[in-house]
Amino acid sequence: MNPEEPLQPRLSLRGIEKRYPGVRALAGVDLDVMPGQVHAVLGENGAGKSTLMHVVYGLVAPDEGSMTWEGEPLRLRSPREAIARGIGLVAQHFHLVERHTVAENLALGFPDAPFWRPTRSLLPRLQAAAERYGLALDPGAQVRDLSPGERQRVEIVKALMQGARLLVLDEPTSVLTPAEVDALFAVLRRFVAEGSSVVFVSHKLAEVEVLADVVTVLRRGAVVGRRSAADGLDRRDLARLMVGRDLAAAVADRGRARAAAIAAGPVRLRLTDVRVDAPGRAQGPALNVASLEVRGGEIVGIAGVAGNGQSELVAVVAGLRAPSAGTVEVDGREPGSGRRRRGARSQVDAGVALVPEDRTKVGVVGDLSVARNLALRHAHRRPFARGMWIDWQAVGRVSQSAVEAYDIATPSTGTPARLLSGGNVQKVILARELDRDPGVVVAVHPTYGLDVAATSQTHERLLAAAGRGAAVLLVSEDLDEVLSLSDRVAVLSGGRVVATMAAADADPEALGLAMAGVSA
Amino acid sequence: MDIDVLVVATIARALAFATPLLWAALGEVIAERSGVVNLGVEGMMALGAVTGFAVAFTTGDVWWGLAAAGLAGMLGSLLHAFVAITLRADAYVSGLSLTMLGLGLSALIGRAWVGRPLPDPMRTIDVPWLRELPLLGPMLFQGQYVLTYAALLAAVVAWAMLFHTRGGLVLRSVGENPTAVDAAGLHVRPVRYAAVLIGGLLAGIGGGYLSLAYRPSWGEGMVNGLGWIALALAIFAMWHPLRVIVAGLLFGACFTLAFRLQTVFPPELLTMLPYVFTVLALVFTAWRRGRLAFGAPEALGRAYLRGER
Repeated sequence: MNPEEPLQPRLSLRGIEKRYPGVRALAGVDLDVMPGQVHAVLGENGAGKSTLMHVVYGLVAPDEGSMTWEGEPLRLRSPREAIARGIGLVAQHFHLVERHTVAENLALGFPDAPFWRPTRSLLPRLQAAAERYGLALDPGAQVRDLSPGERQRVEIVKALMQGARLLVLDEPTSVLTPAEVDALFAVLRRFVAEGSSVVFVSHKLAEVEVLADVVTVLRRGAVVGRRSAADGLDRRDLARLMVGRDLAAAVADRGRARAAAIAAGPVRLRLTDVRVDAPGRAQGPALNVASLEVRGGEIVGIAGVAGNGQSELVAVVAGLRAPSAGTVEVDGREPGSGRRRRGARSQVDAGVALVPEDRTKVGVVGDLSVARNLALRHAHRRPFARGMWIDWQAVGRVSQSAVEAYDIATPSTGTPARLLSGGNVQKVILARELDRDPGVVVAVHPTYGLDVAATSQTHERLLAAAGRGAAVLLVSEDLDEVLSLSDRVAVLSGGRVVATMAAADADPEALGLAMAGVSA
Repeated sequence: MDIDVLVVATIARALAFATPLLWAALGEVIAERSGVVNLGVEGMMALGAVTGFAVAFTTGDVWWGLAAAGLAGMLGSLLHAFVAITLRADAYVSGLSLTMLGLGLSALIGRAWVGRPLPDPMRTIDVPWLRELPLLGPMLFQGQYVLTYAALLAAVVAWAMLFHTRGGLVLRSVGENPTAVDAAGLHVRPVRYAAVLIGGLLAGIGGGYLSLAYRPSWGEGMVNGLGWIALALAIFAMWHPLRVIVAGLLFGACFTLAFRLQTVFPPELLTMLPYVFTVLALVFTAWRRGRLAFGAPEALGRAYLRGER
């Protein structure tokens, strides 16, 4: 830190390390949060931001590293200890009881509330907090009737009433309207003006630029850069740090070589003006007028922050959801005839393969054997099915050869799939989905949580599928993965395809800005 | 029979009949408010009934018997709490097993006492002064058991505790959104244990009422489905202690009338009514607006594990 800084940090992290099976979520993170400071933590999804915040709030215990709080060693075993020290968390998903009133929710988070009629004594304090920070709340309102912005206000007031001197906000603006964002920032500024501290977790550059005193950029669990507002914050510089640029050159070479071949191939997947309405009537459609073409042999990466329409896009292509409007064509025609027959089965029969995001819950049936899982996709067709009967010999034969071909580490083909490691479950899924050369492959976060070997094997399989002429749609939050595998990259933001570019020409800076919802 | 005599007698009997339902349903409301469904009410009532009778028979004191009844119900519920909360097994299966276990075990324990009347059963009381009231006196304040009034009082106490104390707030929050409770730095499981144990205690007392007061004897099949009716009652009351009183009296009236009017009216229609009401309550709470305001606790039947959403 700056030696001229007269204050000691309120919170200081040194070498924080957290490993999950196959992933290093945090790789030796250092962080100093000073009093009177808004410290922004910037990073893509999966960069380790949320894990870091959970460590600070006592929800996750780090494997290594130390923390100090105002100069004293800090070891947190539960959120209660964090609250007692003066650490408050405003989580991305609010921790509120929907069917209780605002006052009841506040009383719940307030250890000193009296036993009898706990909400009554809170009202003066609530009034005080409301006036001091401009946070107006109706204590008698039911939380279920509040807007997301108002709910967030309840969380903030809760933390303030617990005496928080460090407020951690995880992606606080993702649910807010622009006016509410301004109001939130005003509250936070007032809060730090009193000498308190804020840790502001975000992937939105514009907000970080406006609010932060210090920005720490996380990538793959490690700190890759730190910038101070005093030295000036530059959006492009931050975007480059967040996204990384080490891969660009290698991708460019491979990409140019393949681009010519692909341009000649047929369009195997075509989405035209697809719209998917969100279940709630209040919000706009989850996916709005998305159009996309993927040619045979081509890998198109979908970049973008989760929740911008990716899961709807996948569901529509895989036939798990019918689009509210628009068409999805595979090899020039819509699978199934008429609305009634549209569904996952007709997509499967049209040659659409899906490597789903949640591999243990959606990708396999955990209690079924590896052999049966391998037969699931084509269980209604030859060689697995003979009329209405299953040919178990064929299932055994095919699964045995798949286990060998895909190097699936399993005691036998009769072992339940749930006993396999994540990497081997993914191999089972790949073996099943990529069998008999599907025309369209949709892969969602295909290497999330996998170790290095399994990751590279998965990448090879996807490239090989494309090499055999499949159109591959790759949805991933790992931008390195998207850039290194894809021929083209499409950016989804707010349910729209806001940009498409050749991966070889993709400028990490422009990509980062597009993902962050900033038009470059 | 005069109509007013019929009404007075029906209400008086309905109160006596509803008493075990009130105890058991209150217990279930408390347990379910914490998010743990317990289908073992029938079993816990049977355990309470047989244990209460055995202890009262042996000691000659019905109050010792009643204490033992509550304790027996509580022990049964402890088993359920361990399986459903600590082991996070399916609460519905665990509760059903508890019913089976309770019925079987009570039959086994109670063999020695079958057909033997309790020498000194719980006595009915007349409430001084209030018994003199016209109509209301014979309706509510003559020849009832203390446990009946205690059940009404328990409902009011449960309501006050659930809705006007910090402990009650935590309990209800655990049933709605355990993650929020965990994030607030409070513990989920001890709260659920406490709620399930209280539920067992009250179900045991309800069983004890049957064998010590209502029909001071023991016989297999004594509970005779009252546990299931209590479960339905908890739903029909939409998990609110004060509504349990109203719903309990309504259910009690249905059964009493079914008995009284059996010569002129098919009793099956009336004994069926509580279940019809319950289905209607379920339909109402499934309907969106009803669900938000009156529906089952959000986390009902779901074990809590930190990190799951």
